[in-house]
Amino acid sequence: MGPTKPSRPARALASTLAALAIGVSTLAAGATSALAEPPDSLVMGLVLEPPHLDPTAGAAGAIDEVVYANVFEGLTRIGPDGAVMPALAARWDISEDGTVYTFHLRRDVTFHDGTAFTADDAAYSLQRAMDEDSVNAQKGLFAAIDSVVALDGYTLIVELSHPLARLPFNLGWGDAVMVAPETAETNKTAPVGTGPFRFVRWVQGDRVELEAYPDYWGKAPALTTATFRFIPDPTAAMAALMAGDLDAFANMPAPESLPALDADPRFTVVIGTTEGETILAMNQRRAPLDDIRVRQAIAHAIDRQAVVDGAMFGHGTPIGSHFAPHHPAYVDLTSVTPYDPARARALLAEAGIDPGGLTLTLHLPPPSYARRGGEIVAAHLAQVGIGTRIIPVEWAQWLEQVFRGHDFDLTIVSHTEPLDIGIYARGDDYYFGYENPAFNAVMDSLQATLDEPARARLYGQAQRLLAEDAVNGFLFQLAKHGVWNARLRGLWENSPVQANDVTGVSWAE
Amino acid sequence: MAWFLARRAVALVLTLWAASLVVFVVLEVLPGDPALLILGVGAREDTLAALRESMGLDQPAWARYLNWVGGLLTGHMANSLTYDVPVPALLGPRLAVSGPLALLALTLAVALALPLGVLAAARRGRATDVTVMGVSQLGVAVPNFWLGLLLVLVFAVGLRWLPSGGFPGWEAGLGPALAALILPALALALPQAAILARVTRSAVLEVLGEDYMRTARAKGLSHAEALWHHGLRNAMIPLVTIMGLQFSFLLAGTIIIETVFTLPGIGRLMFQAIGQRDLVVVRDLVVLLAATVGVVNFLVDVSYALLDPRLRHGRAGVADE
Repeated sequence: MGPTKPSRPARALASTLAALAIGVSTLAAGATSALAEPPDSLVMGLVLEPPHLDPTAGAAGAIDEVVYANVFEGLTRIGPDGAVMPALAARWDISEDGTVYTFHLRRDVTFHDGTAFTADDAAYSLQRAMDEDSVNAQKGLFAAIDSVVALDGYTLIVELSHPLARLPFNLGWGDAVMVAPETAETNKTAPVGTGPFRFVRWVQGDRVELEAYPDYWGKAPALTTATFRFIPDPTAAMAALMAGDLDAFANMPAPESLPALDADPRFTVVIGTTEGETILAMNQRRAPLDDIRVRQAIAHAIDRQAVVDGAMFGHGTPIGSHFAPHHPAYVDLTSVTPYDPARARALLAEAGIDPGGLTLTLHLPPPSYARRGGEIVAAHLAQVGIGTRIIPVEWAQWLEQVFRGHDFDLTIVSHTEPLDIGIYARGDDYYFGYENPAFNAVMDSLQATLDEPARARLYGQAQRLLAEDAVNGFLFQLAKHGVWNARLRGLWENSPVQANDVTGVSWAE
Repeated sequence: MAWFLARRAVALVLTLWAASLVVFVVLEVLPGDPALLILGVGAREDTLAALRESMGLDQPAWARYLNWVGGLLTGHMANSLTYDVPVPALLGPRLAVSGPLALLALTLAVALALPLGVLAAARRGRATDVTVMGVSQLGVAVPNFWLGLLLVLVFAVGLRWLPSGGFPGWEAGLGPALAALILPALALALPQAAILARVTRSAVLEVLGEDYMRTARAKGLSHAEALWHHGLRNAMIPLVTIMGLQFSFLLAGTIIIETVFTLPGIGRLMFQAIGQRDLVVVRDLVVLLAATVGVVNFLVDVSYALLDPRLRHGRAGVADE
């Protein structure tokens, strides 16, 4: 500081700095020791914090990302490959006509508060979800159920109003997990389930901590603790991984950071699949989008691979209909409307639209697939003479204006629910307003068909109908950008349900 | 003095009432249905209606306004729409992060700025002065979130001394909790310190030219002693004004810094609540922040009176006496 004897303020400053330096080094010592974790714990980063922890009382995918399969289990569950597996129901019988399901429950299951899980709890859980004042976000999953009866302690009879082949699949959703009547009302802040991990604490805004439940009925997990930390900012997520604060990030929000992580020997980068069909939805109620030629022209105008490369850094599979490419019943229909600007212009001319004579609004919600993808789609449409007016919106506004208000021409959104092709049978109620009796007939026969090959054929027909009708611009299947410590084993590569099942996770060595 | 304080107190209450009205109206106009946001695109109309009724959203606007203000006054605040817990229970742990963070940042800023500013003034025109002013110019120009990222890069990613973000909670112990707050506090404090150092320097320079300083030197006090005993106190009034203003900036800064460092504080809660249309939390928070700024300004006014006896005795404006 001063060249000669330091003045009093300067001395005060020096001592402040010295005190600060000592403080920092003491704290740093504490922080370093905390980083050396035993290899039986996992700290996983997630983008979004759940608003609460009850999967039966909210749509937020972030709830399932923490508690599904870890804390809560259903009668059935959806496995890493998307198939339905037995869970709390060891097996089930289906009546001849497909309307009565008899679930045989496991006898060794307890809730985390120590009470036994019985058919009464199962009946209560389903009844609660179906109730008149139920606030279950997926009440539709249970719409076909007429009655639920506990025959004895471990047998549950579910009667349907009509055959519903996908009932076991529906019951594997997070919205259908089993809860106990005593704890149902407090599950939002202190979840009590039957899973391999029980809830320890929730530092709101920062993390949820879980620990292994010693009396779990199934195979005990290798981890003793699992912590989920919530880091919405992509830069902060990257820093937390690089600093060693996290062992894994379930789905990195910034695909641009993946090459750097991939080059780092400490990490494994795995690009997996999700249930997210990303589409350029078109409002079929509005002219000229009610004209199939205009919709086909829009589909032909878009270079799907260019959207994937430009918006998603090359991660994502182009799709030609509303179906996940990893599903066994998937049919590749990208060739129905390939990238062909000349054909697009011809179709527009046929529909009587002059180049430059059409301008459409394009509502873009916040995720980068929409905001970045929207810019590219707009450029593609401009090439065939369709103008766009881009309107960026928040989720709240998107839900209000686009989804419910139907006040839009075009929008880009990813439909992340598993196996959700049925939304095209919802007619004018649904936001893009597609109505096709032939499609609805296919969906109806699907409900009544149990035979797998026959179901696959029907799913194929449904996909083809949507592609040929050019209902929406089908863009690509959203990828899952998993990053984790190279020594970690057993994390899910794909996400057939929005979940981070850490039951099978362990450390190598 | 009493009259002055009473007038200030009335102004504070009126400001808060206006703030409550503005925030309520703005949130009414803002598009977005909280029920739809909570239940998502798969929800059915009857489920949405059931949830809206349970949240009291089916009542007319005026009734909801009166309920809300009544609740604020009697301490019966409504539950957060997204988290479904009473707002005070939600705010408590958040305040326990933002409060210490703001305090730590302010302390750091003052601890750095005052000595540096005084030093620069005392050595006006010399190398020390030029260096301090140069660095502080840089400090004023650097945005705090960028500084935050830089600090993370150096101290968390590079040196691994401190965590890159997050907050373990006070129950994890004083050490880990403070370790989580140091970097964000520095990121907030350094730009503030830069501004404060420049203001300190000019305030002290002004004081140095006053007659009473020459008198003090003539009495035999050293340069430093004269500055310490007679200069600083007189330089405090502009400084306190700036510190009061900076406190509001500090609150605003926490919104960005808490996002950069993933701290579960008031700023990030506000940010999330707006995105999730948690109207209950947003309006309570706005009133809380308005009240905080109002109270701080009130305290600044009071401190003028303490620092300057002329104001205390109601003879303000007769500066040359």
